[in-house]
Amino acid sequence: MWIEPNETTVEKVQYLDENGKLLGERPDVSDDDLLSLYKWMVQARTFDKRALKLQRQGRIGTYAPMIGQEAAQVGSAFALEKQDWIYPSYRDLSASFVHGFPMKNFFLYTMGHLKGTDAEGANVFPVQIIIGAQCLHAVGGGWAGKINNENSVSVAYIGDGGTSEGDFHEALNFAGVYKLPVVFFVQNNQWAISVPIAKQTASKTIAQKAAAYGIAGIQVDGNDALAVYLTMKQALERARNGSPVLVEAVTYRQGPHTTSDDPTKYRENSELAEWLAKDPVKRMKAFIVEKGIWNEELDQQEFELAEQKVSEAFELALNTPKSNAKEIFDLVYEQKTIQLTEQQNSIRTERVLK
Amino acid sequence: MTTMTMIEAINFTLRKEMERDNRIICLGEDIGKNGGVFRATDGLQALFGEERVIDTPIAESAIVGTAVGMATRGLRPVAEIQFFGFIYEAMDQVVAQAARLRFRSGGTLGAPMVVRAPFGGGVRTPELHSDSLEGLFLHSPGLKVVMPSNAYDAKGLLTAAIRDNDPVMFLEPMKLYRAFKHEVPEQDYLIEIGKANVLKEGEDVTIITWGPTVPLVSKVVEQWEKQFNASVEIIDLRTISPIDEETIITSVQKTGRALIVHEAVKTGGPGAEISALINEKALFYLTAPVLRVTGFDTPYPVPAVEDEWLPNANRIIQSLKEVLTH
Repeated sequence: MWIEPNETTVEKVQYLDENGKLLGERPDVSDDDLLSLYKWMVQARTFDKRALKLQRQGRIGTYAPMIGQEAAQVGSAFALEKQDWIYPSYRDLSASFVHGFPMKNFFLYTMGHLKGTDAEGANVFPVQIIIGAQCLHAVGGGWAGKINNENSVSVAYIGDGGTSEGDFHEALNFAGVYKLPVVFFVQNNQWAISVPIAKQTASKTIAQKAAAYGIAGIQVDGNDALAVYLTMKQALERARNGSPVLVEAVTYRQGPHTTSDDPTKYRENSELAEWLAKDPVKRMKAFIVEKGIWNEELDQQEFELAEQKVSEAFELALNTPKSNAKEIFDLVYEQKTIQLTEQQNSIRTERVLK
Repeated sequence: MTTMTMIEAINFTLRKEMERDNRIICLGEDIGKNGGVFRATDGLQALFGEERVIDTPIAESAIVGTAVGMATRGLRPVAEIQFFGFIYEAMDQVVAQAARLRFRSGGTLGAPMVVRAPFGGGVRTPELHSDSLEGLFLHSPGLKVVMPSNAYDAKGLLTAAIRDNDPVMFLEPMKLYRAFKHEVPEQDYLIEIGKANVLKEGEDVTIITWGPTVPLVSKVVEQWEKQFNASVEIIDLRTISPIDEETIITSVQKTGRALIVHEAVKTGGPGAEISALINEKALFYLTAPVLRVTGFDTPYPVPAVEDEWLPNANRIIQSLKEVLTH
């Protein structure tokens, strides 16, 4: 019997419609959690806008905006337990913040500081640059957690582009064979720099790829924080019990790939407009306002508070002494080699020619 | 004292280390029930179970990448790449991930892991099984590269590699796996990574070599030293990264002549690095140009011609004559 392409039915999990109206039954999430989810999304959006400005002013380096993906990132990370680990890509800032990564240190990272990936004890792996490579670290980390009985799940955060990499395939395969506590959380934001999802895969959904690895997969509306959060809770529970999961959160990269990219070169404004109507922050706000636990005044205060936190983090980063060239030699091996010592000593700060 | 082949010494060391430290995990292709295609892990799965001796799917990038993940979460993985020529599949995970982790985490994480792999020519393998690729990793900051030439060194170096807190490439010359037996103490000992071994002292020329060419060089020197009327010093480098500069420079300052012998291809190879080092630190002690006997600048060839391609007695004698009579 032929397995025809794309005959699998994939149903997208959704709790809120585009206007924040509840589609089905009221989910079992406390008001406190609803507000926390929203507040983190406000924090994410505020951080993103400020980071973009700071980059334009030349005060931080290249930045990969996450605007539009707040529900996917916050909703997924908010479901984690403290002992869980995340393995983020360079765009997964708000997931990292929710899981305890200090905002200040991300500023340091993008300002070119040596200590910019220090999670200060939070279970957040250094941000990954090579697309998809972190999938394998999550597998190895999850494996160690299983062997050491940590009751911990490892979550690889990747994008739709990442699913084209060999490491994605190898990681899902390993996780499936050895039943590892790993969740592969894919934010399908429709674009890998300038290449649309249609040129990334011929598969109708990313979620259905799970089947080929003998693991569970699910597709969720990535702009619906409630849906992401509740789906991720289930995914984590499955993974904690030794069944790896592939989650596809369907979302949209509203901004450029990075501050060096101009998306008007390759995509239509009408597409952006369509997705702006599904904006995750707006949607969640409408839901909690409708529910009577939020209002405009609180909203304004929350955005102000978020701005303040970003300012504080940026100030702290600004006041951190710059990395010194002499420090780099101490970070290569546990014990410096004689070659590195010699090179370190060769650095002169005074001018050679007068 | 027990005598062992190199493969026996490696197997013995893995067992001893796994007994000592239950954080040590072996993973790789066919290493479980089969005990590895060369039997390096023979019997280990029966002793330590499937959780600690893991038969992985065929995926080199995943073997190394998974080891990186394990190493950062409290395990000490020893990954086997079935043949070193297959390491290209895992280059990102070795060089961009394992090697850089300490640096890119600002020193907060390390990758205490070993990547073991058989390599080297002269055993008539199919394509891409024999390549000597140590130069690629010498050129990659954050890694250590170790290549034993005998069973005794294999045990001491592998023990040191497993206990090292940085990623170590442990490269095993497959031609020497069963070629010789050496006395190997069963008790614990370490050979320091980064320390060369002066195998034989001499006054007139220094031969620097490692891994599979060490027994060859020793044999050539033994047979021809008298005829050349010269006394030859032989350095078994043992560690390719970091290079033991002190031993090399001290020796060349004494002898004034140097010949480097390795199986890796010539251009941009480890011999070039050693030659540059001698230039920087011992140029005015030299009485002859530093010469290299290496693999040629071609892909590793087919079995029919590999004996001519590899450094062999003829090529070594010729270069030795050249360097001595300059």
